[in-house]
Amino acid sequence: MSVVFQGAERSALATVRRGLSFTPEFRKGLVGTLVLAIVATIGKIIVPIAVQQTIDTGLKSGTPDLPYITRALVLCAAAVVITALCGYVMNVRLYKATESSLATLRVRGFRHVHDLSVLTQNSERRGALVSRVTNDIDQISNFMQWGGLMIIVACGQVLVATGLMFVYSWQLTLLVWICFIPLLVALPRFQRWLSSAYTTVRERTGDMLAAVSESVVGAAVIRAYGSERRTAERIDTAINANRSAQIRAQKIVGMVFPLTEIVAAVAIAGIVLLGVRLGVSGDISAGRLVAFLFLVTLFVSPLQIATEVLNEAQNAVAGWRRVLGVLDTPPDVADPGDEGVELPRGPISVAFEDVHFAYPDGAPVLHELSVAIPPRTRIAVVGETGSGKTTFAKLLTRLMDPVEGRVTVDGHDLRDVRFSSLRERIVMVPQDGFLFDGALADNIRFGKPSATDEEITTALTELGLADWLEGLPYGLATPVGQRGESLSAGERQLVALARAYLADPDLLLLDEATSAVDPATEVRLARALEGVTRGRTAISIAHRLSTAENADEVFVFDAGRLVQRGPHASLVAEPGVYADLHASWISSAHS
Amino acid sequence: MATKVTSAVMRQGLRVLGVAIRTEKAVFSAAVLSSSLYGGMTVASAWALGWATENVVLPAFGQGDITAAALWTGVLLIVGTALLKAVGVAGRRILAGVLQYRMQARSRRDVTKQYLRLPLAWHHQHPTGQLLSNASADAEAAWAPLAPLPMAVGVVVMLFTAAVAMLITDPVLALVGFLIFPAIAVLNLVYQRKLSPLATHAQQLRAEVSEIAHESFDGALVVKTLGREDLETERFRRRAHELRDANIAVGRVRGLFDPMLEALPTLGVLIVLMVGAMRLSGGSINSGELVQVAYLFTLLSFPIRALGWVLAELPRSVVGWQRVQAVLEAKGSMEYGEAGLRGGAPAGLQVSGLSYAYGAAEVLHDVSFEVPAGRTVALVGPTGSGKSTLVQTLVRLVDPVKGEVLLDGVDLREIAYGGIPDMVALVPQQTFLFDDTVRGNITLGLEVSDEEVWAALRLAQADGFVAKLPSGLDTRVGERGTTLSGGQRQRVALARALVRRPRLLILDDATSSVDPQVEARILHGLRDALNVSEAESRPGEEGSTVVVVAYRLATISLADEVVYLDRGSVVDRGTHEELLERCPGYRNLVTAYEREEAERAAIAAEEEEVVA
Ligand SMILES: Nc1ncnc2c1ncn2[C@@H]1O[C@H](COP(=O)(O)OP(=O)(O)O)[C@@H](O)[C@H]1O
Ligand SMILES: Nc1ncnc2c1ncn2[C@@H]1O[C@H](COP(=O)(O)OP(=O)(O)O)[C@@H](O)[C@H]1O
Ligand SMILES: [Mg+2]
Ligand SMILES: [Mg+2]
Repeated sequence: MSVVFQGAERSALATVRRGLSFTPEFRKGLVGTLVLAIVATIGKIIVPIAVQQTIDTGLKSGTPDLPYITRALVLCAAAVVITALCGYVMNVRLYKATESSLATLRVRGFRHVHDLSVLTQNSERRGALVSRVTNDIDQISNFMQWGGLMIIVACGQVLVATGLMFVYSWQLTLLVWICFIPLLVALPRFQRWLSSAYTTVRERTGDMLAAVSESVVGAAVIRAYGSERRTAERIDTAINANRSAQIRAQKIVGMVFPLTEIVAAVAIAGIVLLGVRLGVSGDISAGRLVAFLFLVTLFVSPLQIATEVLNEAQNAVAGWRRVLGVLDTPPDVADPGDEGVELPRGPISVAFEDVHFAYPDGAPVLHELSVAIPPRTRIAVVGETGSGKTTFAKLLTRLMDPVEGRVTVDGHDLRDVRFSSLRERIVMVPQDGFLFDGALADNIRFGKPSATDEEITTALTELGLADWLEGLPYGLATPVGQRGESLSAGERQLVALARAYLADPDLLLLDEATSAVDPATEVRLARALEGVTRGRTAISIAHRLSTAENADEVFVFDAGRLVQRGPHASLVAEPGVYADLHASWISSAHS
Repeated sequence: MATKVTSAVMRQGLRVLGVAIRTEKAVFSAAVLSSSLYGGMTVASAWALGWATENVVLPAFGQGDITAAALWTGVLLIVGTALLKAVGVAGRRILAGVLQYRMQARSRRDVTKQYLRLPLAWHHQHPTGQLLSNASADAEAAWAPLAPLPMAVGVVVMLFTAAVAMLITDPVLALVGFLIFPAIAVLNLVYQRKLSPLATHAQQLRAEVSEIAHESFDGALVVKTLGREDLETERFRRRAHELRDANIAVGRVRGLFDPMLEALPTLGVLIVLMVGAMRLSGGSINSGELVQVAYLFTLLSFPIRALGWVLAELPRSVVGWQRVQAVLEAKGSMEYGEAGLRGGAPAGLQVSGLSYAYGAAEVLHDVSFEVPAGRTVALVGPTGSGKSTLVQTLVRLVDPVKGEVLLDGVDLREIAYGGIPDMVALVPQQTFLFDDTVRGNITLGLEVSDEEVWAALRLAQADGFVAKLPSGLDTRVGERGTTLSGGQRQRVALARALVRRPRLLILDDATSSVDPQVEARILHGLRDALNVSEAESRPGEEGSTVVVVAYRLATISLADEVVYLDRGSVVDRGTHEELLERCPGYRNLVTAYEREEAERAAIAAEEEEVVA
């Protein structure tokens, strides 16, 4: 699906290394944390040692040597307390380091998504982008705080246990390892099963969420067309498929998990069998043999959780890959930042010089577009659906860069202008009036964060919308709902327009921004805008040609070319695309 | 909200678990049985080890020899108990999963069924995000304690068996166990009490972080066009940092209690060894029994935590369950009558005294008008005057607060379930396409031939671009139809309505994203199709009654009558000419462009005069 976000095909190790390079907070103090982790692990062999000491030294003489046992056990208890303390300090350090570094990564990822160009953003589902800064990061943090730690602890545990075993009896150590090696060899295979099962679960969960969301988002259509039953079937199928996938994964976990117990029991039985023989020949003491039985249990838990830990490790690496995939995707429409030009506010002139444009993997959409827009002009852009009007607007606002040629403002290539300056001077109002969940005032204030309620009211009045505002039950405090859905479609567009107007740009570009607004309001708005934007440049793209009639100049697009330009009066007079458009407009808008 | 493990939450939580147990009796019983096997065998394995120590290892070291019978009995006991234990563990894990996932799926199905059943008015009052999380996260949380539940039951069995085993072995050593294990349990309880409000808080923040990201990425174009990336990043950063702090707070509690919970049983083993050594010197026990008790302690120290896991999940479960329950118990479902309406003739529509309110705000006041069968009525009114709301009542997406809508004289509320969609089709102002093929989006499960689909597409002026799509009718349109342009989406939605040959067709500004030329072609096509009813009506091909929300005169001129709506009330109705004559609001609205043009012309003329 995604055409970008590549460069993700790194090895696991390289991914982790690169991931860590983004999170310096994590590496700081890592060595100390690891040392503490290792000390904490040593706590695990205290019990076997205590058992061995008690049996071999304390009980050797037939009657227990209580003073010795007391001394040994108090020493062990002290060691337990110390290792627990180390565990505590290690945990706190680990949580602090991982959470801080991942919060940084989250925020960076978020910012980077916004820095990507519109085209790049649109090549991914919104939900997928959200996952990059939520679930994927959570997966990494799960691993760092649990799985990763477990790997260290488990390896430490097995190593320390093996070391002690070796001191007690190399023959029995060999036996234990021979028992466990087949399991170790099989582990990667189990992990592959599990990981493919979990992949299916994730896919099914995605399908399920998509199906469920249709029932909510498409509620009106489903009811209007009475397709409840069909939708319910689709949803049930998705939910059941998800359940089956989950149960299948659970079966694998359930089957693999207890294998370790069986292997451990075989190992223990082997120890008893061989140990007794060794004991008879005097190669091992009873206490050491019993201690072995305890030591084997130290092998069990690491191996039991190994498949899940490995799986989590794989998930974390995959999560990291995806996050890095975003961070490593260069913003192809990049802000020149401090190196860019800062343009002074004031009358603005814009020019397209031999601009060509094609969407990625698409046919050319704009051809050889050369046009200059002098300061203080009002332009209307007209043309059939798909003729390239929106594309023109996106190039002008630098949502995209031309494939060939350049777009300039006040003589500077757009690519050299700082975003902060550009966005202050040129603002576009897209057709879909997206609003944020919140009050009406907050949405308009998005155009100018410092604006007071008075300024907002004044702006609405200047746009001729005072009546409308008064008619709203809660005025500026009216909640607009998610995506603005508690307002009527036309009202949403009014808010979006007011928001851009409040931003007070030198060039205001309206892309079918009033398509759902009634004609009287639209004319009133157009007039108001004309009054207040005098001295600025205004460009409007509209199917309602009333805008064109009032413009200083009309640009007529047809199949990606600017085929006609000039004032309305002269364009209607000559035969051509505009005259045709106008004729159908007249017949549709006039009685 | 329940965030602490209080006794009230415990009670509620156990009630929730009770629901699951009753619903999945067989699975639950089998899971508990497996888990009990696991619990029993855990204790038995310690006993087997003790037996082997006493009867095999120590005699061998003492006497330098051992009988083969004793040796193999020991081996058999150890391996046998382990095998049974493994069976118990596998059964427990798998069945716990079955239990949990079945309940989750059940809740999800119930919740979404309810979404499909509840009236649109209810949907208006609940944000989309909340409904989605009811069906996903809440349904998940509600049944999360089911995963560790069988294990916890097994642990209870295990503790009980262990207690008996220890009592039989030695009452004094048992006493150590009776001190240590309750201590672990209490520590666990304290742990979960401290942890669970923090974990719930973190969970809440995680949801908020995700919501911000969702909304912000949804509005990415607005953020970009206004250059508000910094503002948005700041908004996200604040919440992300709160989440970080909440997670660190969770980490502190975990970091403190986890090592304690590990140390406590270890200390227990040391105490057992100490006390055991003393008992040994008194001759009350033998070394095998000492090893057995010590081993039991090592084995029990981990599973006993399962009790805590169940407790830890309970508050979250209660909250999740309550949210799911709120959806399931939501009132205000639509009642349907018995009336069936037959025949293919255009339907007559009558609206009388209709009022509608979103919550407390009334947006339609006492609206009355009628549309005789086969006629076309245009609904005209300023932005926000209530047109879209009104058309929703006409197809019974919502029921009026007052008044009624009659179709062929029958109140919509009397019509049987499924009856209205059979005869009425609405093309809403906001196009919604499913993530399905073009064909699927048009038929929505209706049995129609491809020819009919193409005919509808032709009428909607959509046949051209659909034919050019890579797989034609079989092309998938993506999430909400993203692969199509706004105007294309609108035309598919129009075809969806037309293919049904509805007896009442309702268009809510359904051509706003279409350019005038295409719109003109659509209108001409519609007019021809509609005129069929008057001229050469063949059975099954009668035309429709049409209600159209429109601003453009071309569309309005299709109508026999106009209803002019302002601020939720019908201001006037009549033919276009009549309204033009006597209704200033209407005149003002529909002639806005012409007047504008005329004024311009006048100004231009004046300027010319001045120049001349
Ligand atoms: N994101 C995109 N990816 C690929 N092609 C696109 C995209 N957006 C628009 N197009 C194509 O570019 C052409 C011009 O589109 P557009 O500028 O949106 O037209 P207009 O605004 O005049 O209706 C159309 O043929 C359209 O299909
Ligand atoms: N879901 C909703 N919740 C609350 N108010 C709403 C909702 N939808 C619309 N409204 C309000 O109801 C009024 C009428 O809206 P609508 O019927 O969409 O108008 P129209 O279609 O005539 O433009 C508006 O003031 C709008 O703000
Ligand atoms: Mg466009
Ligand atoms: Mg509307």
